[in-house]
Amino acid sequence: MKSGFLAKNPSVLWFLLILAVFTLGVTFLSHAYGPGAISTSMVKTLGKTLCLCLIAIAMDLVWGYTGILSLGHFAFFGLGGYMIGMWLMYERTRDIVLKSAGEFPMTPQEVNDAIGTQIFGVVGGSDLPAIWTFAGNLPMQLLFVVLVPGLLALIFGWLAFRSRVTGVYLSILTQAMTLALSLYLFQNESGLRGNNGLSGLQNIPGVSAGQDHLSIWFLWASALALGLGYIAASLIVSGKFGSVIRGIRDDEARVRFLGYSVEGYKLFVFTLTAVIAAIAGALYYPQAGIINPGEMAPIASIYLAVWVAIGGRGRLYGAVMGAAFVSIVSSWFTGGRVPDLPLGFYTIDWVDWWQVLLGLAFVLVTLFAPKGLSGLIDLFEGIRRPNRHGAPLGLDKGSFREEEAQE
Amino acid sequence: MNVAIKPGAGAQTLLEVSGISVSFDGFKAINNLSFNIGPTELRAVIGPNGAGKTTFMDIVTGKTRPDEGSVLWGESSTNLLRLNEAKIARIGIGRKFQKPTVFEDQTVTENLMMALKANRSPFAVLGWKAGDADRARVEEIAAQVGLADQLPRKSGELSHGQKQWLEIGMLLAQEPKLLLVDEPAAGMTLAEREQTTALLVDLARDHAVVVVEHDMEFVRRLNCKVTVLHEGSVLAEGSLDHVTADKRVIEVYLGR
Repeated sequence: MKSGFLAKNPSVLWFLLILAVFTLGVTFLSHAYGPGAISTSMVKTLGKTLCLCLIAIAMDLVWGYTGILSLGHFAFFGLGGYMIGMWLMYERTRDIVLKSAGEFPMTPQEVNDAIGTQIFGVVGGSDLPAIWTFAGNLPMQLLFVVLVPGLLALIFGWLAFRSRVTGVYLSILTQAMTLALSLYLFQNESGLRGNNGLSGLQNIPGVSAGQDHLSIWFLWASALALGLGYIAASLIVSGKFGSVIRGIRDDEARVRFLGYSVEGYKLFVFTLTAVIAAIAGALYYPQAGIINPGEMAPIASIYLAVWVAIGGRGRLYGAVMGAAFVSIVSSWFTGGRVPDLPLGFYTIDWVDWWQVLLGLAFVLVTLFAPKGLSGLIDLFEGIRRPNRHGAPLGLDKGSFREEEAQE
Repeated sequence: MNVAIKPGAGAQTLLEVSGISVSFDGFKAINNLSFNIGPTELRAVIGPNGAGKTTFMDIVTGKTRPDEGSVLWGESSTNLLRLNEAKIARIGIGRKFQKPTVFEDQTVTENLMMALKANRSPFAVLGWKAGDADRARVEEIAAQVGLADQLPRKSGELSHGQKQWLEIGMLLAQEPKLLLVDEPAAGMTLAEREQTTALLVDLARDHAVVVVEHDMEFVRRLNCKVTVLHEGSVLAEGSLDHVTADKRVIEVYLGR
């Protein structure tokens, strides 16, 4: 069975190979394990990019394969980051509190109060809110990384899909959810330090190794998660489950008449991808070092859709290519290292103009290259896919074609 | 035992539609319609455009809810109006659409595998692997509908007639007890029509088959009981010769 799966999905082997070569290459060029040709901050950028590739896979599953244009998956990504961030911040603060106490013994209550003052002093509080009850318990917080976003997705999805909200209305709903969550977290009363967010997440409590080593370990962890995510997603889309969700994307009414509960499948995919997004977030934010509600603003989820569209929807490697390409190019442009382009009457500063360029690229790809960057691989292999008949009615690939919609 | 009173409906009634009405924005698409079919019966439903043929199918398959009336299914008289489309499909009502609706982006095999009777829950489907029996069944169905050599092709590449056949194949793969077939012969060649007739007649030996059709010649070949719909209710019922002799039928349908 295993060999059959790989034979049918040659992209999996290629993907794992490239990922392994990349990870080893970065490792042996880093400060920690090599000559230091790649700076530690660059290693972190690359590690974060791997996490973005993982959430792009989730987005491709939910949008490219199932046809649900979710503009809310970065909310799950952020929630995953918050859950691990709570532990990181709590444990680190506890270390500091205990160290500063020195030889004076403190009761657990005193320690807790001191941690509360340390963490919440910035928002004018001193008590640890109830949601921090398990912050000192790593297994519990790791469980929350999966459970909290998963439960949110399950409840939200159940309400939305049960009412048969589809298409652009569903997109708007998911965006509203993201906005509401981000606005809620901006408040100091939310118990997650309002707009200050959680910080100092790059320091792992109980680990004395420096950032140069830590960054490489996180790169490995991210690569492992991405590799496993890719295999899992390939397994899901290659079997009958994949047939059903692609069927839902192309004609959900027809899938219903075959006896499949379309709502159940959508809920399953939505929740599963929310969990994948949360895991990606939990790996991303310790590398970023800081998380605040701004990260969960709707624009982040829209970017996610743009990456997947530019990379090519409906193919897992397309999503990965899009996320990797756009986020690396983006950090290059916004890093201020690109020379300005003087036009005589106006000078283009790429830090500002990069988004215009990205928007333009999105429009061009949507209009002229619906397969995105992954279409280049088709050209390379000389694969020609059959054209589906009829003109598309909507702007996404999942929308009805003329012929299908007339029924 | 639910013994049908109506003559000619067989010993039992598989589907019992009684007194359903539905209106869209004031327009009565179905008006107090009643319809019974036995477990092994072939029935043709004819009528002019707008007579309510497709709406009738929509109601039976759960796509449209009637304003009043009841739709009962099987020996246990399950109320179909309480079930959603997917559940109705699972208890054994299969539907073939007027326009061939197959999943064009997927191969013929994938289309048939998806339709194959099996547990439909997401968890079961996730762990599902095609066994030898499943593959053999798909090949058997493909041979039955003349697509044996088309299995690896994308169904979007098939001709219109082949898509019709694939959809019939998907219907067979579902193993329904009742088949609702909307204009099966549309876009088929004469030879294909004859094949379709033979297949439908053959299926009616152990299934209930309802065929909605415009083409009188095709209905004549089916050689079965005919229900004529007009303005959302039954105008006449009986053999084709009987209904075509009916004055009202001639007036509203054949005379035009």
